[in-house]
Amino acid sequence: MERKGEFAILSLSRVSKGFKLKDGMYQAVDDVSLDVKKGSIHGVIGESGAGKSTLLRLINLLEKPDQGTVTVDGHNLTEMPSKQLRKAREKIGMIFQQFNLVNNVTVSRNISIPLELAGVPKRERMKRVKECLDFVGLADKAEQYPAQLSGGQRQRVAIARALSNSPGLLLCDEPTSSLDPGTTADILDVLKDINGGLGVTVVIVTHEMDVVKSLCTHVSVMEKGRIVDSFSRQDGDFRPAAVRTGSYRDQILGKAGETHV
Amino acid sequence: MFDSVLQYQAQMWESIGETFIMVGISVGAALLLGLPLGTLLFFCRKGQLYENKTLSLVLNSIVNIIRSFPFLLLVVALIPVTRFLVGTAIGTMAATVPLSIVAIAYYSRLVEQSLLEVPKGVIEAALSMGASKLGLIFKFLYVEARSGLVLGLTTSTISFISYSTVMGVVGGGGVGDFAIRYGYQRFETEVMIYAIIVMIVLVQLVQFTGGTISRLLDKR
Repeated sequence: MERKGEFAILSLSRVSKGFKLKDGMYQAVDDVSLDVKKGSIHGVIGESGAGKSTLLRLINLLEKPDQGTVTVDGHNLTEMPSKQLRKAREKIGMIFQQFNLVNNVTVSRNISIPLELAGVPKRERMKRVKECLDFVGLADKAEQYPAQLSGGQRQRVAIARALSNSPGLLLCDEPTSSLDPGTTADILDVLKDINGGLGVTVVIVTHEMDVVKSLCTHVSVMEKGRIVDSFSRQDGDFRPAAVRTGSYRDQILGKAGETHV
Repeated sequence: MFDSVLQYQAQMWESIGETFIMVGISVGAALLLGLPLGTLLFFCRKGQLYENKTLSLVLNSIVNIIRSFPFLLLVVALIPVTRFLVGTAIGTMAATVPLSIVAIAYYSRLVEQSLLEVPKGVIEAALSMGASKLGLIFKFLYVEARSGLVLGLTTSTISFISYSTVMGVVGGGGVGDFAIRYGYQRFETEVMIYAIIVMIVLVQLVQFTGGTISRLLDKR
């Protein structure tokens, strides 16, 4: 894998997001700062309700942060007018647990839609759709409908769709959580290829330890809306772990016995 | 027995033509204005993308008021509007005005319902790839909801056919008016039954066509 220095392609700076509930406010993301290095696969792990998915949605501003700034590729998304933000989103791919394909159109049309939105001419679109389909290994399914595909194949289509505009950053929201273990491994291989082969930085939110173990170069642990631990897989970055998160770090790094209170 | 039916053949065709004009224009109005109105109703609902309490309240009130009016009274109440739009309150074209207004209100509700069935994740995916409002509507929402939209239009069309039968009161004509005037009021039962059969066939045709198109469009 080509390492493009330590440049942060994504920076969250003191980002917070709360939701109004019947009984007061619920702080989904609480004063989180995070740098994601270009070329890395950054995992965000934590239990459900820890704020992982909200954090991911703050990156492309599907959720508007109450406070803090989001910087992608040197551009401050939080200050962008909506038209510019839409342009920026074209270069930030996203995939979801439930795939979220347009089920009434074919696989190739699904992949073509982001290109249509970006105003890419038809000839170029067709070429790009074919490339993306080849990349995820579904060239023979081009004219099928999503309902005719398996879950793993649908996620591949979603990945191809997310890649069609050649993004620099790919956001993954529990991409394997509705797939069986074998299919999960296939999808993780595709994500590795995207990172290694295309140099796309990947941010993946998951509650599955195995996904983080087999995929991620960097890990952040979330708990109650905060990042309570961050470490890198390669260079054994031993910042003190917060209480109760030692277990995540130990399991991921394969070390037992690191002390925690 | 069929003499009377044959005798009124010309009037019958004329009536069918009038029904087609009234229903056709209402369907046109439903598509042209009911579809955008329904989309707006959907977007400003609580929890939706452009949630807007005030607009939602205003639009919902208008739609509900139109839909709760006894239809004949709506026709009467709208006479000034009809005069303004068509120049007269009498005749087939005049009859299309109240019909179209009901059509817009009626179909907008069904549009709203169909759009609510589109998974929120699809909207999220659309926004994540930088879709504009129009992109979201035309490349995602209407595409995913299309079989429901067609089915809703089918149901609406049949309602419009039914509404159109009372338009005789303002000289709108149509098959229903034919059945009442030539069949019922002149005690020509065969003519009345004939007209009712025509209505039944018409409704069956609409339902069959709409149902088939909707099924063919649904790839989910």
